[in-house]
Amino acid sequence: MADQTLKEWLLTDTPTSRRHAKLSALYTGWLTFRSNTMAMIGLGILVLLIVIAAAAPILSPHDPFVQDLGNRLAPLGTEGHIFGTDSLGRDILSRLIYGARITLYIVALVALIAPVAGLLVGTVSGYAGGWVDVVLMRITDIFLAFPRLVLALAFVAALGAGIENAVLAISLTAWPPYARIARAETLTIRSSDYIAAIRLQGAGALRIITKHIWPLCISSLIVRVTLDMAGIILAAAGLGFLGLGAQPPSPEWGAMISEGRRFILDHWWVATMPGLAIFTVSLAFNLLGDGLRDVLDPKAGE
Amino acid sequence: MTDNNGEGRLSLPPWIKTTVLTIGSIAVTMLGLLFITFIIGRVMPIDPVLAIVGERASQSTYDAVYLELGLDKPLVVQFLYYLWDVLHLDFGTSLLNARPVSEDIARVFPATLELATLGIFIGIVLGVPLGVLAAVRKGSWIDQIARVLALVGYSMPIFWLGLMGLLIFYGILGWVGGPGRVGIFYVDVVPSVTGLILVDAAIDGNWNVFKDAFSHIILPASLLGYFSLAYISRMTRSFMLEQLSAEYVTTARVKGMSEWDVVWKHAFKNIRVQLITVIALSYANLLEGSVLTEIIFSWPGIGSYITTALLSADMNAVLGGTVVVGLIFILLNIFSDLLYKVFDPRAR
Repeated sequence: MADQTLKEWLLTDTPTSRRHAKLSALYTGWLTFRSNTMAMIGLGILVLLIVIAAAAPILSPHDPFVQDLGNRLAPLGTEGHIFGTDSLGRDILSRLIYGARITLYIVALVALIAPVAGLLVGTVSGYAGGWVDVVLMRITDIFLAFPRLVLALAFVAALGAGIENAVLAISLTAWPPYARIARAETLTIRSSDYIAAIRLQGAGALRIITKHIWPLCISSLIVRVTLDMAGIILAAAGLGFLGLGAQPPSPEWGAMISEGRRFILDHWWVATMPGLAIFTVSLAFNLLGDGLRDVLDPKAGE
Repeated sequence: MTDNNGEGRLSLPPWIKTTVLTIGSIAVTMLGLLFITFIIGRVMPIDPVLAIVGERASQSTYDAVYLELGLDKPLVVQFLYYLWDVLHLDFGTSLLNARPVSEDIARVFPATLELATLGIFIGIVLGVPLGVLAAVRKGSWIDQIARVLALVGYSMPIFWLGLMGLLIFYGILGWVGGPGRVGIFYVDVVPSVTGLILVDAAIDGNWNVFKDAFSHIILPASLLGYFSLAYISRMTRSFMLEQLSAEYVTTARVKGMSEWDVVWKHAFKNIRVQLITVIALSYANLLEGSVLTEIIFSWPGIGSYITTALLSADMNAVLGGTVVVGLIFILLNIFSDLLYKVFDPRAR
């Protein structure tokens, strides 16, 4: 151990313990991921986004809610307002910085709710088989057949506008693909020998699903979630733009575009800046997702 | 879409079984769609009776309408009433203009159809050759460009790109018409025959209107076209790559066939069915994507209709619009599924 560097220890062919093997696999995956420049750029942008969101009060030059009607619609590069001000004289840069928090909040919630719901439905459906499978998959098909944005619109209409309801609406439309993936994985795992062995040892369905099937579904779900994040951000921004997501004066990026829309021809920066922010973040998620797929699920690429 | 669990005890010809199963699954999916919209309508925090009679109606009027709407019946019975109405294309009356919702939808739908059709046309004409080229010259600069175009397309908020398009091509350059279907001088100039303004103008022989309408539709249609291009070119590329690595392609090349013939007469021929499936799917997605686009471009289609109704709490209109878009979406999905089964012997 003494004459071995950490790197050698991580890359060894003969791991000494389970944890050692796990760490070693993680490190090899990281090396593959690191060689993908685009994915690293995506990761960099997202790390930056998280830092910005966490340090919003320190980083933002102004209070995002304070209006200054004497200084409304100031152009780009104005003294003290690099990105200009909006129709109520609020600093656009500060609002973008605080908006990062809302975006991350929405993404994190949807990324928690939808895959977990899909995982539950998919594994139960795949493991139980029979009529349970038929019914659950039929429901999944119905939700898949629905146009997502229109369904989300109708849900928000029923629940009322607001961030939490937008999250719920997006999750309700986002879970079916996860259920499909989880079911497919479960079907292949279910018939494998080691599951039979565990069953002979007396393990119940609950134990088999939670301890032996779920861990194996996770990696394909993670890839899919990362690739879906961009879509989730765009859907949330779309709902915000329609006035059905975050409500004013919240600095949600989609809502900011909607505010700036009225001035697009004369004061273009008001709508342009939040749009660039949305684009950058969803691009970063797409890049990261592509890179993760190459590491975790090499068969799916190309 | 068909699930074949268990051997049928009756020995019917397989195609009858397949047909019955397909129709059954279509019916179940549509019932599910209607059930979801029905539930949405019921949990809505808007009192449907109050919305009709108004706040100052007497209790007896309220009760009369309550009974008339069948709200005293069990939920299952209400759902059956709802099904009956939808089967007769009756989505109730709009609370905003007191007209039947179905009439309103029939009026706005051609605008969406026209926009989405031109959009998919642009997507196919540019996306398919781009995908084929990207596959043939894998790793070349054209492949990289196709990759970046698709990546940007997947990451771009469509409503923002629409705004930027308006700003640049309408506001600054003045190359295209602004929001709306035609300029203010040309509204209602040509008689509405099909509801598709380009077609109507051509029928009428009024080329000024045609030109004006074209300058209005080209920007939103290109926008939708770009988003379908992103998807179509990616799928075309991966289908083509699969074919080009097949042995029959090598054989054709060894026989001395020209590269053009190998690509278009052999490989491309084999991806046509898959491609049509992809196109049908992206057409369905365009209908949906047009919701946000229509709002940016003040396009009087079904997307604008649903959102306007949404913001004024006109529930019948929202649900009617949702059902219509949902049904078209499902039908296109099924259509692409069937097409695949009919034309691709491997899928049978």
